[in-house]
Amino acid sequence: MASVADNVMRFFRGSSEQAAAPAVPQKRSRRSSGMAEISRLLNSDDSLCVLDLGSTSANNIRFLTAKGHKNYSEDLLQASLDPDVHVKNELGKLVPDDKKFLEENLTYQNGLFDVVLCWNLPDYMEESLVKPTIDRLWSVMKPGGLLLVFFHTRDAGPDAPCYRFHITGTDMLEMQEVRLAASGDKQSPRLQRVFNNRNIENLFRDFASIKFFLARDAIREVLLVR
Amino acid sequence: MDVPKTGDFAHIGKSVVIKGELTGSEDMYVDGNVDGSIELRNNSLTVGPNAKIKASVVAKVVVIQGRVEGSITTSDRVELKKSAVVNGDITTQRIAIEEGAAFQGKVEIQREAGKSAGS
Repeated sequence: MASVADNVMRFFRGSSEQAAAPAVPQKRSRRSSGMAEISRLLNSDDSLCVLDLGSTSANNIRFLTAKGHKNYSEDLLQASLDPDVHVKNELGKLVPDDKKFLEENLTYQNGLFDVVLCWNLPDYMEESLVKPTIDRLWSVMKPGGLLLVFFHTRDAGPDAPCYRFHITGTDMLEMQEVRLAASGDKQSPRLQRVFNNRNIENLFRDFASIKFFLARDAIREVLLVR
Repeated sequence: MDVPKTGDFAHIGKSVVIKGELTGSEDMYVDGNVDGSIELRNNSLTVGPNAKIKASVVAKVVVIQGRVEGSITTSDRVELKKSAVVNGDITTQRIAIEEGAAFQGKVEIQREAGKSAGS
């Protein structure tokens, strides 16, 4: 029969073995009603121009190009951290300058995109950049184009991790936590604010229509028509 | 990924800086700086991890481990390895992107030689 000492040692060995195991980034799947609506448009025989504003996703590029569409990728969250688009405010603090930001990013011709996948960008982007970015997206989208945006609800809490969304099916997404190398160490971007429905309606007031999809995981999907 | 193991290829080391047109009829491994254009219509280009390419690239196959800024056109495929940083438009028949690669630009799949999909 094992002694008490053996059992205690086995307990601690097990704990240290668990602690030594490398952290594997967790991915999880979620069904997306917004993506299901987008997929109906993506099943068109016409070659569409799709703009993906998340970090590089081989899944998304493969999914979109396999359907014959042109895929544009631009990681706007990472771009918003570029020191070159920051200026000092009156308090001497470095803040992003929306004019500089839009000189370097989203520099497309007007009316180019049929679909824009914005994911959770407004929730994690600096406040001063959000409205100018949305206005620019309106300009570069075709009339009738679709914009998909995800917003956290209050239930998500202030430490809601930032996820990258990979398209894995017509209505399925795989969520992967994002870590940005903004300051030497890779950190998860912080949730900047929680939009309520009125905030969202104001943000997208130039769009023709807005549709909300509520999900159980504290994410509100918003589908807009340009 | 290491230097290609096939025998016949041109090797441009990391200390080499080229400004202008780079053309050839053999596979090429570039680990230096190129500013201009690279054309290897029937061959492969491997961009090494130290490379900084600011050029339009035309080749049969392009494998990228370093930095490329410029358009990339291949008749076969493009591979972005995990250390790749690419800013530019890619036109190709097939594309493979490893986890960790950074890409900004357009991807257009060219389904038939000489025709682009949906253009």
